[in-house]
Amino acid sequence: MSLKPFHSIGIGVAFSPNLKANLFEAARLAVFFKSKLFLIHVGETSKDKVNMLSAILKSFEKDNLDYEVVFKKGNPVDVILSVTASKNIDLLVLGAAKRERFVTYYMGSIARKLTRKAKCSVLLLIKPSVERIPCEHIVVNGLKDPKTEQTITTAFYVAEQLNSEKITIVEEIKDEQVAIKVDDDKSLRRANIVKERIKLRENQRIKEIISDIPEEYTKNKLVKLQPIFGKQGYSIGHYAQISRADLLVMNAPSKMTFWDRLFPHDIEHILTELPTDVLILQ
Amino acid sequence: MSPKKNNIALFFKALPRNIFSGFVVSLIALPLGLGLAMASDAPPISGIIAAIVGGIIVAIFGGSHVTIAGPGNGLVGVLLVAITTLGIESAYAAIICSGVLIMLLGFFRMGKLADFFPSSAIQGMLAAIGLIILGKQFHIMLAHKIKREDTLDYLFEIPFTINDAIHYENKGFIFAALAGVISLAIMLFYSKIRNKYLQLVPAPMWIVILSIAFSYYFELVLHEENPIEKAYMISGIPSIQNIIEDMHLPNFSKVGSFSFWGSVFAITLIASIESLLSIKAVDKLDPEKRRSNVNRDLKALGLATVGSGFLGGLNVVTVIARSSVNVNNGASNRSSNFFHATFLVLFIVLFSTQLTRIPLPALMAILVYTGYRLASPNVIKNISRIGKEQLIIFFITLLVTLKIGLITGIIAGVLTTLVIHIVINKTVSLFVRNVLKPNVLMYQEEGHNDFYVSVKHFCSFLNYYRLKEKLDAIPEDQDVIVDFSLCSFVDHTVMENMHNYHELFIKRGGHFDVIGLDMHNSDSEHPYALRRLLPVPKIIQNNLTRRQTNMESLAQNYHLAYAPKKIKDIEFLYNFLFFNTKTINHIYNKLSYKNDTISLFDIEFSEGDFIAKEVVRSTMLHINLNTNIPEFTLDREGFLEKVYAFAGFKDIPIQKHSDFSNRFYLLGDNEQDITNFFNDNLIHFFESNPYYHVESNGNALLVFSKERLASVKEIKVLFDFGKRLHQVIS
Repeated sequence: MSLKPFHSIGIGVAFSPNLKANLFEAARLAVFFKSKLFLIHVGETSKDKVNMLSAILKSFEKDNLDYEVVFKKGNPVDVILSVTASKNIDLLVLGAAKRERFVTYYMGSIARKLTRKAKCSVLLLIKPSVERIPCEHIVVNGLKDPKTEQTITTAFYVAEQLNSEKITIVEEIKDEQVAIKVDDDKSLRRANIVKERIKLRENQRIKEIISDIPEEYTKNKLVKLQPIFGKQGYSIGHYAQISRADLLVMNAPSKMTFWDRLFPHDIEHILTELPTDVLILQ
Repeated sequence: MSPKKNNIALFFKALPRNIFSGFVVSLIALPLGLGLAMASDAPPISGIIAAIVGGIIVAIFGGSHVTIAGPGNGLVGVLLVAITTLGIESAYAAIICSGVLIMLLGFFRMGKLADFFPSSAIQGMLAAIGLIILGKQFHIMLAHKIKREDTLDYLFEIPFTINDAIHYENKGFIFAALAGVISLAIMLFYSKIRNKYLQLVPAPMWIVILSIAFSYYFELVLHEENPIEKAYMISGIPSIQNIIEDMHLPNFSKVGSFSFWGSVFAITLIASIESLLSIKAVDKLDPEKRRSNVNRDLKALGLATVGSGFLGGLNVVTVIARSSVNVNNGASNRSSNFFHATFLVLFIVLFSTQLTRIPLPALMAILVYTGYRLASPNVIKNISRIGKEQLIIFFITLLVTLKIGLITGIIAGVLTTLVIHIVINKTVSLFVRNVLKPNVLMYQEEGHNDFYVSVKHFCSFLNYYRLKEKLDAIPEDQDVIVDFSLCSFVDHTVMENMHNYHELFIKRGGHFDVIGLDMHNSDSEHPYALRRLLPVPKIIQNNLTRRQTNMESLAQNYHLAYAPKKIKDIEFLYNFLFFNTKTINHIYNKLSYKNDTISLFDIEFSEGDFIAKEVVRSTMLHINLNTNIPEFTLDREGFLEKVYAFAGFKDIPIQKHSDFSNRFYLLGDNEQDITNFFNDNLIHFFESNPYYHVESNGNALLVFSKERLASVKEIKVLFDFGKRLHQVIS
């Protein structure tokens, strides 16, 4: 599986109180991944705004940050999507909002639409900050899916670029896979044997994927496998929250219909309840 | 040796005890069956038929082990309504239909149905049933038959009946009332008398034996008529031939009517709830610690109910009182249920004519007693201890059930609970937004066999079944840690169930710990009280959680000082490297040993600042050393999720101990001192003990393992580790 490095990173720029934190996060990423940063602003071209942005990004000059400001008028979602396509952006950075009184983060409506429609990878930040918070622990999904191999490989690539020490690969196993319903002691014993077997099989599958990843990415990394029996998409978020991961890496959803939003699954669960920063790989 | 053969041998070995306990149970089932049937206005024999059919079918097809099936007290209320509104033939049709529904519940694996009802509402409903039984039968017990429209009227008239009974002049009534009062006295005081011969026969059977003896005394010795009024003797106990001849055929003509299906659903609801609750309770009594197959039992009970309905019997449910008698008499498998049915058949075949010698008031005294037990003041006292809000739920369910009906009553109970939860939390969105989310995560921690269960958002009767599903998938001899720290509200139903799980796991050799509730608040001191997480917690914690009480008793057992309160004086922690980048909020639940030489505490600290703030709770051990030792940090590779701020330190290899160097990261500034300090003794200690993060700041040590709170078992291990480490170092 070939690796698709992030050559260009895009971020939507709105002049909000979070602007500086958002820009700092995006700029740091651009430096880490040695990629070009596109600042997309929905609105009129203006000299003042460009000056303001360059003032904020001044501290990154020493890191040779290469950036470009793109102005375009229109509906925010359409503008950002069209710019991502025209500029060949590999990674789109979006900020999340925090729900008042609760310690949960969720995506605003624009960010949600972008996440669903974007053709590139998307990074959702729950708590952008000016100071760097080191990314120590990455949780990545290990679903049985054709995209997973690419996702895990990219997660290792990201871990290498961000100097993360630990990667946990969570294999979410649907309850339906354990065909035995627990009724009494006998069925409980059988169900547990089946579960053990599935765990071993899943771990083996992931280990094979890891062995195909170039060694430069896997060396010096602490890799942990964690099979979880639970609801796909939701339990990995819950796990990431408990294990206090810094980044959750997920496959992009295969298809989205109206029903998927009504009966949320996979990525939709994560969007309503962001446990941590989330990277959705295309 | 094939296990199959072994099983058969064991079965035969256990057979005598099962036959015996089946016999004892049948002694109770006979009078109870007659009484329950008469209380529901059905022919007395229908209760016995239900017990016989239930005993045989559930023993063959059931999925539980030591339960007894038969007519249930909970059903008296609904069956009474069904029989008075529909007539007995149509009521049998309703019973058959409810049997089919119960079977369907079993096939659709709806054994979790009972989990959706808040426990205070169920208590309220049971108390209402108790009052219905008590209210109606009390008058018959005092030989004063009355007929009222409303169930409440029966209760209000109890004083008048007592007054009437005192002024009876008819000798027949006086004797009838006396029979009732004496029987009630036997029921009340039987358990108080500790005589092993007396206790051989259960109280209800004493009543039967004494009343038959009384009747024979008049007939054979005094050659007089039985002085008890004819109207107050059991009538209509047919001989076995008559039973077969007069079988009431169920009448399905009312199948189209609304009241018919209303009765069917009410019977199904109560029958399944009563059975499920009983099975759950009996499982805790099972000496062999087996798990009942609830859905299979439901199927068997449904089938038995259908059969019983066709034969002219009542609903078959699992009954708790008879089942516990069964367990206490040494039953070990379903055969005792079968033998209880067999003995009932024998009684009816051999002694059915004798049964007409039992006075009605005596039988009703047994029911008054069971009704009283369901609605006794103790129930109310226990509920009020848990919290005022539970009392509201209880009484609303109770009154609505008495005034309108069972289904309305239980719905009212559920709605009240929901409203109270919303009012207490001052939010609807917490429930609406999260009720459908799969909020329970369970996994086995790496390198451990114990199960970690984390619950998010809220946990109440609405979504308890998710937690239950996960917990049921864990063998009871394992270790479980249930973490509610991400949960802002946990209700009484869940707390009570957690307590039940705790008991179950302890009995079967496992461990069940609930963590993360110490910061939640509640209004009462009861361990089952509902708990919610407030943004600003109360300063004085008046309610200790189970974990805290366990820590308290741990402190007493090992002569430690225990302080559950929050302590803000935490400067001694700040010179540890670990806390360089963290803000400590407070420590709490502190256990200390020898004037704080060794202390263990829960700690709440936060990482980052402002919006990046993340609150972490953990359990740590602090050892104060009198000597000076070098500063170091000892860790296993990747053991902690996050270790910051140790940049610039290098891994120090210890000569001649390559195994130790491979397994541990030893970091520190002063390589020479550290190498000297880590002598053979100390290295051996670390190599042969569990991994912990150990950090020295020069004159004190900080030891901890996980970035979550430790369970009581983990606390013991950590404390022991600390004590021995202290000995090795000093």
